[in-house]
Amino acid sequence: MQAGTLTQRAGRSFGERPARARVPDVVMRWGLTALAAAVLALLAYFFARLIGESQTALSRFGALGFVFDNDWDVSSSHYGALPLVVGTLVTSAIALVIGVPVAVATALYITELCPRRARGPLTILVELLAAVPSVVYGLWGFFVLIPKLRPVQQWLADTFSFLPFVGGHVAGPSYFIAGLILAIMIVPIVSAITREVMATVPSDHKEAALALGATRWEMIRTAILPYSRAGISGAAMLGLGRAVGETIAVTIVIGNAPRIGQQVFDQGYSLAAVIANEFGEAASIPLHRSALIAAGLVLFVLTLIVNGFARYFVVRGQQGPKAAPAPGMAG
Amino acid sequence: MSALAPVSHRRRRVDRAARGLLAAATGLAVLPLVFVVFYLLQKGVGAWSVGFFTTDPSGKFFGDAGGVRSAIFGTLEMVTLATVIAVPAGIGVALYLVEYGKAGRFAAAVRYFIDVMTGVPSIVFGLFVYIVLVIANTGGASFAGWKGSLALALLMLPIVTRAAEVVLALVPDSLREAALALGAPRWRVMLRIVLPTARPGLVTGALLAIARAAGETAPLLFTAFYIKRATGDLNRPMNSLPAQIFTDVGQAQDRLQARAWGAALTLVLMILILTTLARVVSRRSRLA
Repeated sequence: MQAGTLTQRAGRSFGERPARARVPDVVMRWGLTALAAAVLALLAYFFARLIGESQTALSRFGALGFVFDNDWDVSSSHYGALPLVVGTLVTSAIALVIGVPVAVATALYITELCPRRARGPLTILVELLAAVPSVVYGLWGFFVLIPKLRPVQQWLADTFSFLPFVGGHVAGPSYFIAGLILAIMIVPIVSAITREVMATVPSDHKEAALALGATRWEMIRTAILPYSRAGISGAAMLGLGRAVGETIAVTIVIGNAPRIGQQVFDQGYSLAAVIANEFGEAASIPLHRSALIAAGLVLFVLTLIVNGFARYFVVRGQQGPKAAPAPGMAG
Repeated sequence: MSALAPVSHRRRRVDRAARGLLAAATGLAVLPLVFVVFYLLQKGVGAWSVGFFTTDPSGKFFGDAGGVRSAIFGTLEMVTLATVIAVPAGIGVALYLVEYGKAGRFAAAVRYFIDVMTGVPSIVFGLFVYIVLVIANTGGASFAGWKGSLALALLMLPIVTRAAEVVLALVPDSLREAALALGAPRWRVMLRIVLPTARPGLVTGALLAIARAAGETAPLLFTAFYIKRATGDLNRPMNSLPAQIFTDVGQAQDRLQARAWGAALTLVLMILILTTLARVVSRRSRLA
């Protein structure tokens, strides 16, 4: 029942009021609508200006040329964003590979396995991870994580050097460290959404699995995971969106070298980090400034795409799969 | 024949291993929090002193490095202004969505773009404000505290709106109908019935948005900039705790790094107080 229909039905009694008394209602309605419209207009205006201000750089190098050119060289006024795009994508991918399994496991543990009494405190602890500001993670990463993990990084590089993109000399700041910190930062959001999705798994499914003699883990594997797969993908994409746009922590630990690293333990740069670092010197040089704004535009579009996918998956996940695939329950 | 075949050893082992793995992963997820808090306390408390809170950064290479007074002031001033802008606007948009925009294409568009806004990286909001206000020297200065506030407000707006929409929608329609039946006009119903009923939830959403904004660095770097002196003038460049930390991390001197830890501890405590408050208020709430 909507209040709106009531107003109309009660039209006669409202009509008996003097016109003056109806003014605040009209003002309220159109005021709020105007406010909502203003937010949309503001976004549209910002977006238009973002595109406008990046034209200097984009027309010089071409839109594709800007994104796929592997040379960001401030001293010779040449701006190709590929090293930055690669840095953003590589660190975000590392964050997903490390962060999503941990986040999903955390969600499963909290909703299905842990003692009821520990559920609340554990949830709060995981959410507190999100309360630590980016710059504090950066500070901690720079002064604690990098020195402490240096031998670990070197060991990983030496031991797994048969894998592609692994090996070489480890300097300290790296894609890997940046990805690790991003992983820590996306765990709370991925875990929270995964928990929400898992709460929509019908208890019939879970009880049916248990009644058929499944162990807890088999119940998770056969009832919960298949049902919430789409939702988990959505949560991962939202985490990816976060990781892609994360700035300060990455700026502090990625090493800020504007080239494509050959290994995950190499130093690199990311779109957001380059904007944060170079805006100061760029303010007086139109082309440099425009290039940084274009980098911001690329970043913006990247997050729009990622979040669009995320929304699609999360909505689909909350409706539940049309026909959940039923993998055989191996004994 | 027994009703249930006993679970085979292999299945039991797999089950136990999987449970152990999930528990271990949960421990792993919480571990960074423990480490961050440990190092913040270990290195941060030592940096605290009376002078730390009562002096501005001196910028001197030798001698006293100074404290973070200007940073604390700047964060408080800018976040307050951002709150004053974003909370009423955010609640207003939510009120529109709940009271007038249950259906309809325009409301759907508003909802969609508020969603889009939550996904926009904070540094992009900073860029927006930089392009529109800083380059143009609006208000006579290029970098200014109020421009930082605007960037933070843009960041807070979708958070406030989404939280407010949820709690406003929870206000029972029967309350609205009762008030309307008693002859109250719509605007009075909204202001006197709907908003007060949802107040705890609105406060929670606002506090969470404030906590988020207080820790943001990226949008402030090229809107409010970084300066040493404390100022009450929002039309001038302004320091903030996150910007102070970011500046000090890059310095090679121990004293400045110590100041970064002290400032970080201060910032985290401020945010922790806000989030705890939000939790307490939401627990008191009758709704949700």
